[in-house]
Amino acid sequence: MARVSIPTDQNDAAVEESDSTPPQQMIETEDEENKSLTKKIKDLEICVPIAYGTISFWLGKKATETQSHMWTVYVRGATNEDLSAVIKKVVFQLHPSFSNARRVVESPPFELTERGWGEFEIAISIFFHNDVCDKQLDLFHPLKLYSEAEHGPLSTKKPVIVESYDEIIFPNPSDKFLARVHNHPSVIVPRLPPTLNLPHAPMDDTRRGDTKDHPHGQWFNRFSEADELLKLAEARQQVQNHIVKLKRRLSMLEG
Amino acid sequence: MDAKDILGLPKISLPIPQEKKSRPQKDSQRKPDGISREVYALTGGVAPLMPSIDVNQLKKRQQPENEKITWEWLSFTNSARKDDLKLYHWVRVVNGTPPSGDYSFAKYNKSVDVIKYTDEEYEKHLTDDSWTKEETDQLFDLCERFDLRFVVVADRFPSSRSVEELKNRYYSVSRAILIARAPSPADVSGHPLVKEPYNISQEIDRKRALSMVLSQTKQQERKDAEILSEAKKIMESRMAAKAAQDAELAVTSNTSPEGMEKTTAPVETASPSNVQATSGVAPLMSMADNAASAAASLRMLRVYLRTYALDQMVQAASSSAGLRTIKRVEQFLQELKVNLKPKVPTKAVCAEHLELRKEILTLLNLQKLLQNKEEGSSYREGSYTETPDTPKDRSFIPDSVSFGAISTERVGKRDQKRKGPGREAPSSPAQSNKRPRKLKATDS
Repeated sequence: MARVSIPTDQNDAAVEESDSTPPQQMIETEDEENKSLTKKIKDLEICVPIAYGTISFWLGKKATETQSHMWTVYVRGATNEDLSAVIKKVVFQLHPSFSNARRVVESPPFELTERGWGEFEIAISIFFHNDVCDKQLDLFHPLKLYSEAEHGPLSTKKPVIVESYDEIIFPNPSDKFLARVHNHPSVIVPRLPPTLNLPHAPMDDTRRGDTKDHPHGQWFNRFSEADELLKLAEARQQVQNHIVKLKRRLSMLEG
Repeated sequence: MDAKDILGLPKISLPIPQEKKSRPQKDSQRKPDGISREVYALTGGVAPLMPSIDVNQLKKRQQPENEKITWEWLSFTNSARKDDLKLYHWVRVVNGTPPSGDYSFAKYNKSVDVIKYTDEEYEKHLTDDSWTKEETDQLFDLCERFDLRFVVVADRFPSSRSVEELKNRYYSVSRAILIARAPSPADVSGHPLVKEPYNISQEIDRKRALSMVLSQTKQQERKDAEILSEAKKIMESRMAAKAAQDAELAVTSNTSPEGMEKTTAPVETASPSNVQATSGVAPLMSMADNAASAAASLRMLRVYLRTYALDQMVQAASSSAGLRTIKRVEQFLQELKVNLKPKVPTKAVCAEHLELRKEILTLLNLQKLLQNKEEGSSYREGSYTETPDTPKDRSFIPDSVSFGAISTERVGKRDQKRKGPGREAPSSPAQSNKRPRKLKATDS
């Protein structure tokens, strides 16, 4: 996953986006170069795409009053890569009716499986390694046990899965972090300037923490930005056409 | 008293209950037994409601019955002593046999291993310009006696040397000896002395800095804190200003669409385009400012989600727009079949989404401008057949036509509708009063 999105400099604006480079990117470059406050590497934001959500199976014959579904809440890499390089632990805060409502998962896969009957909102707190970030990140996700179709048939084979895609952004990564993950598949790092001298960081991948062979992997969504990009490009084209027409009318009025 | 008279009840005084009251009081006062009354009064005068310590809870001392314990005054030896001094103390003797083992405090006699060098080694490795052999020997002797307590050593040292100098000499000598005695350099490279040698200048500076901090008066402390906070503020404002400057540079280099944006020009002014451009820059700056400050605040965060960042940027972009405008933008998006919040918020998608929103805002503002102009011109023409609805419907309906048909431009129809505003409005009574009925892609 070596997607290159170079922060635009005066030299080349070789970005896949449209010509009007968003001011956001321009600000990042020019500004950061003049700042020499911290020792952190500037101008680079590390982006970790994740997918988080719940998947729930109806237990069918084995369902009881209090345990009608078996569900799993999880945080995974969007392409099923191992997140443990970035994430230290994930804390899932469940409904108070569960014993030990605060569940801590300290090793990948960052997920929690439970049995229950009710739907509620789960608070997911992601804690990162010390050299990554000392602040936690909070997400919320409602647990869905029943599918949207009102009186759809309950099936033990087909789960109800609700996932959200998001990207965790570290705008000012530390040297150590960058060195550790700049070749890791779970992380998107913009192209580094060739003169950058990264400290040597050992990569220990002795344990597999990715979810590529997850038992529920067949149900995971494959998030592709292509569709959305296409839709957005179309929409923008329409709007731009509109604008052109209106301008013509305006100039006709004035002229 | 009068009531009783009226009712005809006999008057009876009640001395009996009063007697009863006084007696229980006296009883409580007489309660203590075994303690004098005054002492009892100290505790509150009443027996405690609950016993403070339950005697059964206390651990009973385990005294096995078969052992006979006596205490004897015996002599002992201390292995920590170099002489053979015998002292006496009480010893708990069990069944006639005294306890065995060393004196229990002997294990605390720890000392530091101070290196001892021979004269030969001194000649070979340890000669130094500012230190004589005599001095070095004295130093080491003192170090051993006082367990490397350099403050004491410095005090006792015959010639006046500072603590740092003494430490420097001691550590460099020890280091040199270690390296010299080691069979190979690799063996000792892990030793802390070898890895991190004593840095005398650094130590002097560090101690000076510490003492300065310690001796700072309260006033100085306050001044320092003030200066630091001011510096921080200046840094932040400088960053925001720089960011805004860059944003302006970036945006003004982009031509047309955004140059005309956000001008809510008054109706009468036949404003030439350059006036519009300049007035366009000012609100543009404010939008750029918002975007810049939003971006700056995002960068301040240690970590955030892409969706959060998008929300902030969207808010910043639409900060100058009212709530109604924002709603209109969202409706527009829905009609364009674009998700209000992207399902796959990657960097590219979010950027496109933001741009789209900005363009829609531009569009809406242009429409407003156009409609204002039209209103103005039709006002002048004196056609008062406009229905008192939201005037927006008039300009929207022609637009909805062209919007739905991208390929074919029904210009004629559009003009026709434009010239006859009065005709148009009543012909769409169902639409006119419903504000949501604005731009429908399916209109034709």
